[in-house]
Amino acid sequence: MTNQIIQGILLGGYYALIACGLSFMFSVMRIINLAHGSLAVSAAYLIFVLSERAQLPLWACFLIAMAVMAAAGWLIQRLILVRAARGGHLLPILSTFGLSMVIENALFEQFGADTRSLANAIGDLSWDSWEPISGLYVGKLPVLIFVTAVVMLAGLQLMLSYTRIGRAIRATAEDPDTAGLVGIDARRVNAAAAAIALVTVTVAGMVLGMRATFEPYSGAPQLLFAFEASVIGGAGSLWGTLAGGIILGLAQTFGAAIHPLGFLIAGHAVFLIILFARLMVPDLASMPARLIGRGSVA
Amino acid sequence: MTALSIETLTARHGLLEAVRGLTFSVAKGETLALVGANGAGKTTLLRTLAGAHPVHGGSIAVNGEDVTRLASHQRVRRGIALVPEGRKMFATMTVAENLKLGAMAGRKGEWSIERIIGIFPNLEKRLHHKTGHLSGGEQQATAIGRALMSNPEILLLDEVSLGLSPLIIDRVYASLDGLMTSGTTIILVEQDLSRAMAVADRVICMLEGKAVLEGRVDELTREQVTEAYFGLNRTRTEKVPA
Repeated sequence: MTNQIIQGILLGGYYALIACGLSFMFSVMRIINLAHGSLAVSAAYLIFVLSERAQLPLWACFLIAMAVMAAAGWLIQRLILVRAARGGHLLPILSTFGLSMVIENALFEQFGADTRSLANAIGDLSWDSWEPISGLYVGKLPVLIFVTAVVMLAGLQLMLSYTRIGRAIRATAEDPDTAGLVGIDARRVNAAAAAIALVTVTVAGMVLGMRATFEPYSGAPQLLFAFEASVIGGAGSLWGTLAGGIILGLAQTFGAAIHPLGFLIAGHAVFLIILFARLMVPDLASMPARLIGRGSVA
Repeated sequence: MTALSIETLTARHGLLEAVRGLTFSVAKGETLALVGANGAGKTTLLRTLAGAHPVHGGSIAVNGEDVTRLASHQRVRRGIALVPEGRKMFATMTVAENLKLGAMAGRKGEWSIERIIGIFPNLEKRLHHKTGHLSGGEQQATAIGRALMSNPEILLLDEVSLGLSPLIIDRVYASLDGLMTSGTTIILVEQDLSRAMAVADRVICMLEGKAVLEGRVDELTREQVTEAYFGLNRTRTEKVPA
């Protein structure tokens, strides 16, 4: 039981990590980025190429990938999402769906269907663990991922609360028209927010490559887990995303303990139950965020 | 010297022309009151000047520079600040954060949070409270403070007394007194005729999107303004020479 709780919480850290960018983008730009998973996978491929083929150290690959993905986020916002938004609320979502198709097929064209991994680049860390008490094993990588998720969410929270760009992002998320009246260029702020979101996606992509294998079509399940964690935690709430990830991770871990097929089914079932409860009792929407702390962008 | 001039300005809500070919200018340091009944086009005019509503025709110039096609955030950088009707606070943010947002345009000037507190002392204890939890008067003070933090040359005030008690309105106007004598150009939309005529140098009375009466406050009678305000003599368009 203790083992399952710990493993579930640590798995939740991973889900929070992949959901972070999705939640951030939704809260600031009100866009559900259906290319989120594919972008994470493309970040993983970028790090893989830099690490395996260019033989750069992993930290250097990560920094380069972050810069490239941030630029990609800026461009996606300015070239696709801004234009799509002129066509109504649905068009940006469809555009990101189209973008995910393009990314997946481009990756398939370039790398084929072979699975890849960044495990080689991290050596023992991919399987090493601690044994704090007899019979209880805690993986070093899952702990590192959980800590990374907490640090990243805290970093985003601090950025939103105490920096100039953070205040501009919150103001734009709350009321873009009034933000313009105080001198904020909402388009620029949204582009910056998209760049920040894709930096978090890069972290998620690297973690994905470190803990598992990936192939060009791995984006869809990542998007699904990110979406579920985000919705469970209250879409748009940073700390709620962590709570949502932990709830999803615990559900999957306990589901797997009950039956080998229960891993995914239990996660989906909890997601649907919470979604249904939310529709019936709107106050539940902010409960995970309230339980774990504040952090809503808007 | 002219701070703001507009030429045959037209703004629409769909097919309805809310501002119809309006032409006027405002001198530096002048306080202009726009008066008129509901639906006269005053708020649309202010929003159009601030870039929050699209221009359909005509032009707007600030210090001789054409700003007609500039977005609202670019006009703030040119020195136009709007205190919008209904205050439009960022309700999830604190008073201090709202005030700091006002300085986002990066215009150099004398306004600071300390100076804002100097004219609105009641904000000092509220600096770290979310604006959504403030009283109407405190929200209005924050909205004015936020606009001033951009160090504007032209301040547009839209119905600053709306929804406030007479006591609070007196306080808000008392705090604006210093501002009006400091050289800031002010365009004021006010439903309360007496109040508008008491603080303004010049009045433009609008009816159905047009200026039906324009003149210096000391050259107009209250009867003339009231008549224009309610459109009692619609065939006449008066302009009292400045």
